[in-house]
Amino acid sequence: MASERDTPVALKDEAQLKQKQMIADHFSRLGRSAESGEKNAYTFVPGNLTELLLSFDLLPVLPEINALQAGMRGKSKEYIATAEKLGHSEDVCTYVKCDLGMMKSGNVGPTGEPMPDPSVLLLSYTGCFTFLKWFEILKQEYDCPVTLLHVPYQGDGVITDSMRDYVVEQLKNTVIPALEKVSGKRYDEDRLKELLARSAKAEDDMVWVLESAKNRPSPIDAYFGGVYYLGPIFTAFRGTEDAIDYYRCLRAEIEQRLAQGQGPVTPEGQIDDERFRLVVEGPPNWTNFREFWKMFADEGAVVVASTYTKVGGVYDNGFRHDPSRPLETLAEYCMGCYTNLNLPTRVEMLSRYVREYSADGLLINSIKSCNSFSAGQLMILREVENRTGRPGGFIESDLVDPRYFSGANIRNRLESYFQMIEQKRVGKSA
Amino acid sequence: MKYSVGIDLGSTTTKAVILGESGEVLGRGITNSRSNYQVACDVALGEALLNARFTLLGASLEASGIEGEKRERVLQRIELGFRAQQYLAQLATLNATILGFLEPQAEHSGLRLVDEAGQESPEKLRGAAREILDRMKAEAPELYAAGAERKSDFFRDLAGSRYLNLAEGVAAEKEISFDRLAGWFDKAILEVENRPPEKDDFESRAVAALGSDAVDDPALARVVRDAAAVPLKKAASAGTGYGRRTLPFAKEEIRSEILCHGLGAHAMFPLTRTVLDIGGQDTKAIQVDENGIVTSFQMNDRCAAGCGRYLGYIADEMNVGVHELGPMACKSKRPVRINSTCTVFAGAELRERLSLGEKREDILSGLHRAIILRAMSLIARSGGATDEFTFTGGVARNEAAVRALRTLIHENYGEVTINISPDSIYTGALGAALFARRDLLGDGRDRALEKEAS
Repeated sequence: MASERDTPVALKDEAQLKQKQMIADHFSRLGRSAESGEKNAYTFVPGNLTELLLSFDLLPVLPEINALQAGMRGKSKEYIATAEKLGHSEDVCTYVKCDLGMMKSGNVGPTGEPMPDPSVLLLSYTGCFTFLKWFEILKQEYDCPVTLLHVPYQGDGVITDSMRDYVVEQLKNTVIPALEKVSGKRYDEDRLKELLARSAKAEDDMVWVLESAKNRPSPIDAYFGGVYYLGPIFTAFRGTEDAIDYYRCLRAEIEQRLAQGQGPVTPEGQIDDERFRLVVEGPPNWTNFREFWKMFADEGAVVVASTYTKVGGVYDNGFRHDPSRPLETLAEYCMGCYTNLNLPTRVEMLSRYVREYSADGLLINSIKSCNSFSAGQLMILREVENRTGRPGGFIESDLVDPRYFSGANIRNRLESYFQMIEQKRVGKSA
Repeated sequence: MKYSVGIDLGSTTTKAVILGESGEVLGRGITNSRSNYQVACDVALGEALLNARFTLLGASLEASGIEGEKRERVLQRIELGFRAQQYLAQLATLNATILGFLEPQAEHSGLRLVDEAGQESPEKLRGAAREILDRMKAEAPELYAAGAERKSDFFRDLAGSRYLNLAEGVAAEKEISFDRLAGWFDKAILEVENRPPEKDDFESRAVAALGSDAVDDPALARVVRDAAAVPLKKAASAGTGYGRRTLPFAKEEIRSEILCHGLGAHAMFPLTRTVLDIGGQDTKAIQVDENGIVTSFQMNDRCAAGCGRYLGYIADEMNVGVHELGPMACKSKRPVRINSTCTVFAGAELRERLSLGEKREDILSGLHRAIILRAMSLIARSGGATDEFTFTGGVARNEAAVRALRTLIHENYGEVTINISPDSIYTGALGAALFARRDLLGDGRDRALEKEAS
């Protein structure tokens, strides 16, 4: 997921190199699509329908990923400024502004190759109202077809049969016909099933990797490292052989680290002394990603579970894509993604993480420009503290607007939080 | 005697607290932290050590059977004598610095000896400076006479207030721009503050401060000499505050100010459960458990509106000292509602209100309420105000802020005991000193504190 400049040196093992190659190939295909005639679909990460798109040979483009890449490459500041010049207010989601700014600046993707104009906008609405507005703007910009999948919110914390039917009906009657029209291909359910079967294989290894953090010391960092591990499964590669290979390779590497009792690899080297185990809620900051990670690594703080790595889809309850029920399984994946969960479910999930991953506490990184994540977070924090008896911490930053990353302030709060955990331990042991 | 020291390097002031061998507070020291943190650290520690000497001297006088009233008188005389000497020493530095600017070879571009129009002769400017500084020197003893009231203990405030006052007269008399005279002070005071303190010879100065008593009462002089001779040895130290990374301490001796304020507040008021600290550039709402350990906290983010510096900015806008704001605001009968929480906007609102004829004290009262309203939001986010509530930091010394806090806490949380120590500005440094002492004891717990808690 990361570009050359930001790729942590120590992570460039085989799996990392493979991922880089996969991404480079994908963007290169997108870059050549004007000549090759390949079509694409712009869509969002949460609950994405990658397998369905791939079954129509549509290349997925994920504007959120392009925005976070721009943040890591130090481009987001100028892109956001460009969008603000167009009249988008300071309070608009910075992913949106970054993405629009990038388009207005020639739409050059993270690998330096031009991005194709969208062939279709697949707007799956999963818990974020801004998604609607975002693609409304893109539609105006490109005058391309939009197909909307309305995903019902899990307001009662469950997926009912009628909710599932509602999504499946939309897939059948709206989304699939729209994709057939754009791609010029008939819906091929057998092909979709093959893709879904491959997804499930990769998902098993991916889940194993995330759960390896239950070990002490944890062989991975499930937030900063986690976003790299999640790249392929949440973007353009779920359902491909490449994804299966990537996760097999990654799992083997982590198995080895685990066998040798090694801690996670960070850009500053391996963490040998795991002092704090944290559960983190909320997306990371991308503009100062490395500096942010270092604040944790320097203190021996390892993130053992995070919700951001569940933003594309949640696998905790045993969910895997099921090729025998292709449209139903896609519907369930969509409705199950993290941003589509209600607050009690999120509290329950976070409390379970704190217990199951033997964490010292929950830390929330509250994102200024992401209300769908941030609303209710203080309530979540208090509730998880009450249920687990472990102290919570709260920091604030932004996705890709560098103006909202105050290093000194965040470091100050993190240090206080770590020392608070330490003091609690001293109090208990004495 | 071995001591533990905590230093709180804040954005406005630097504080040091020294604890004796059984955990009692021996001394406190404070100084302005401006550009040079290392110097601020040295000055605060030097002040705290001096203060500790007075504590020890008081104890020696008591042990030697000198009765209460006389003891107080002797201590006060020595302390005032000391302060006066310190003031004079700093005044001499100020004098040399300002006159230095006015030397022909001085290359202080902003303070050019002769202005562009070339109307003022160098001699005239030097004369003006000398006149102000000589008068300041002459009135120094008055400032430290027994019973005299001083609005601040900082040289910057004391000397600044006198300098500007005298400069006004001299400017009018000699037809020199007041701003120009004021500019000299503003520049020179930084150099005075950045000069490391001289190592005080406590013994000779204390005996000198005794004056005729030293001759008439050799026993008293001996007690003073003995107390001065007790060796003070640093056994443990811890640092906190915004500048903590620049402190000359090892990493493990550096503590988060949030933890220090929590523990410090607990030591001052053991029943504390909620702490509000309003410092120069941040506001912290902290919840602590029965041992003074932090359980939750919230801080202002991205913006320092509503912190001590907000008051500093307002004071500058109104052309008064920051310590004068509280008393002025307390005179208000009809507080104005100030909506803006942005410091710069509040300045604009202030000017507009003044132009509309609102009273200064009413506007100031509204501004103090605006600060506390911001703090109320942090308190709510950290978990609310739980009995007992302790208010710390420099702003806790401002009576108008305290009044607004009492009202708002009462309105929102009902009857809550609100503690404010006269030494509240030292809370962070005290917490740091206690952490240092815990480390020294090696068991991670402070025995004296535990006893207190049980």
